[in-house]
Amino acid sequence: MDAVRISGLTHRFGDGETAKPVLHGLDLSVAAGEVVLLTGPSGSGKTTLLTLIGGLRAVQEGSCVVLGTELAGADEATRVAVRRRVGFIFQHHNLLGFLTARQNVAMALEVDARLSEAKRLARADAMLDAVGIGDKARAYPATLSGGQRQRVAIARSLAHEPGLILADEPTAALDARTGHETMELLQRLAKEQHRTVFIVTHDPRIHDIADRIVAMEDGHIIEGAHA
Amino acid sequence: MALGGVQGRGPRVFLPFRLAWRQLRHEKSRLAAAISGVVFACLLIFMQLGFMTALFESAVQVQKSLHADLFLMHSTTEALWRSTPFPRARLAQALAVPEVERVAPIYVQNVVWRNPKTSLKRTLLLFGVDPTSGVVGFPGLTADGLAAITKPDVILFDARAKPEFGAVSSWLAEGPVVSELGNRRVEVAGLFEIGATFGSEGNALTSEANFWRFVPNHTPAQVNVGAIMLRAGADATAAQAALRHILPDDVMVLTKPELIAFEKTYWANTAPVGFIFGLGVVIGLIVGCVIVYQILFSDISRHIGEYATLKAMGYTNGYLVRVVMGEALILAVLGYVPGWILGLGLYELASARIFIPLTMTVEKSIGVFALIFGMCVVSGLLAIRKLKDANPADMF
Repeated sequence: MDAVRISGLTHRFGDGETAKPVLHGLDLSVAAGEVVLLTGPSGSGKTTLLTLIGGLRAVQEGSCVVLGTELAGADEATRVAVRRRVGFIFQHHNLLGFLTARQNVAMALEVDARLSEAKRLARADAMLDAVGIGDKARAYPATLSGGQRQRVAIARSLAHEPGLILADEPTAALDARTGHETMELLQRLAKEQHRTVFIVTHDPRIHDIADRIVAMEDGHIIEGAHA
Repeated sequence: MALGGVQGRGPRVFLPFRLAWRQLRHEKSRLAAAISGVVFACLLIFMQLGFMTALFESAVQVQKSLHADLFLMHSTTEALWRSTPFPRARLAQALAVPEVERVAPIYVQNVVWRNPKTSLKRTLLLFGVDPTSGVVGFPGLTADGLAAITKPDVILFDARAKPEFGAVSSWLAEGPVVSELGNRRVEVAGLFEIGATFGSEGNALTSEANFWRFVPNHTPAQVNVGAIMLRAGADATAAQAALRHILPDDVMVLTKPELIAFEKTYWANTAPVGFIFGLGVVIGLIVGCVIVYQILFSDISRHIGEYATLKAMGYTNGYLVRVVMGEALILAVLGYVPGWILGLGLYELASARIFIPLTMTVEKSIGVFALIFGMCVVSGLLAIRKLKDANPADMF
C-alpha cells in the first residue's frame, strides 16, 4: 500500500483575482517503507506540498490520500487524526524549551495517553538510546548542541511509530558533517523500523540516503513522480 | 515532577496541567512576577473586604448589645439613626400575645452636644431607656452608671466617640463633667463604649424621663425601637408570627439577627458604603486580571512556535486551551496561598495598630479564593484567543 497517493493536487494562496497558484495538478505516490527526497528551488511549492500531506493545511483541489485517509474535504478532526500518525521533523528542531529531552520525546506519546507514564518514559529513553544520545535524556534543549537537538527531534518523530515521517530542511541548521550524520541515522532507523520518510531539502549532500529523488519546479513535479 | 503522583487519573486534564506547570516553573523569575501579581490582587481584595465587614460590624454595635428576643420598628424606618417613631400602644398590644413576658421602649434621637472646652457643637445619638429593663447591654456599662441616670439631667457618655466631642473620659477621671445637651445643662456620670458608626459620631445613654427633657418635642408615645422579651422556652418564630398577625402593618417585627441584618442592608445598599468597598474589590480584580492576562498572553506569544509544533504533532486546540487554563488556575492557587497568609498578617496588624478588628473568616477566605479563581479564568479565556496564531502550517 502507498503511504501517500496524490493526484491532480492543486493549491493556491489568496482569493479571487490575486490568487497565486503554487501547485499545479500534482501526481505523486510514495510507497510504504520508501525514503523519498523532494528537491527544488525556493518557491517551487515543495513546503506547501509537505504541509498538505501532513494535514496542516486544507486540501483545495485534487486528491491527497495519506496513510489511507483522504484529506480532500477532510475536517479539522480528521486532519488532527492524520497528524497523530505522522512524525514531523522541523528545520529548527522545534523542541519544547521547558521540557527535558526525554519529556520532549514523550510528548509524541502523550497525545493519545493510552500508554502509562512509565511506558512513555521508557519508550522515550529507548528512542534517545537509538539516536545515540541516551546520556542526555535529562538535559534541556538549551544545553544541547544543534546536532544533538536534531537527534532528539528525530527520536520524537519516531517515538509513536508513525506510518510516515515528514521532514522539512532537517539539515538547514546543521553543519555539513552533522547534517549528513543525522540524516544517515534517520535513514537507518527508518529502514530498521520500516518507516516511510519524505524529506524536503535542497541540500545536495544528503541525496545518497534517498531511495528516490523527486524534483519540483514552479509547482510542477519535473522528475521522479513515480518510482 | 512535582505533580507526578497524580498521573493516570483523568489524563485529559492531568497531562495539560502538568505541561502548564512545567512551562511555568521553567522560568522562575517570570513565575515569581506572575504570582506576585495575583498576591497583590488578593491582598487588595482582602483589605477592602476586611474594612468593609469591620465597618459593617461597627455599624451594628448598638443592635448587637440590645438584649431582647424580638424588636418592633416603624415599617418606614430605614436605619436606627433616622428611625421613624411608632405609637407606644403597639407595645401594649404586643403584651396580648401569650409568649410575650414584657416589653420595653427604646427612644432614639439625634441631639446637639456642646464640647465644654471648645464650645463646638456636634450631634450625637441619644438613647433613652428604662435603666432597670436590662434591654441595653452596651459594652462598658456599669450598675453605678445605670443607677446614676435615674437622677435628673444625667447621662452616660460614649468613651469611644470622636475626639471632637471632648476628652470626656479623661475629664471624668478628674471630676464631674458638665456641659450642654439639647440646649440644657447636663452632667456626665459614667461611660460606655460603642464608638463612631456610619450613622453617628458618638452616642449617649440616659433614662426615659431625662430623654424627654433633652428632646422636648419627642413624646413618650413615640417609640423608636420596641424591645420584646419572651417567656423562657417560648418559640421566637411563633411569637413573631403571632405579633405580625395582631399588630397593624405600621410596625415590623424582627428577631435580633434580622434587626442586625436590616441595619447592614441599609448601609450596604441604600448608603454608598457598600458600593465604595465593592469598587475597591473590583479594582483589585481588574488589576489582577490585567497582570495575569499579560503574563499568559506573553507566555503564549513567546511559545507560539512550541504551541504550533504541538498542533502539528496532533494536539488539538482544546488541549492547548487546557494548558493555558491550567497555567491560569495554577497561578490562582499559587498566588492565593501567600495572599491569604499575608492578608492574615495585615489583619492582625490592623487590629493591633489601628483598633479596627479585621477578622479572617472561612466565608471570606472561600469568597476571595472564588474571586481570584474567577479572575484567573477570565484572564485565561482572554489569553487563549492568542492560540489561534499558533498555525502549524507556518512551522515549515
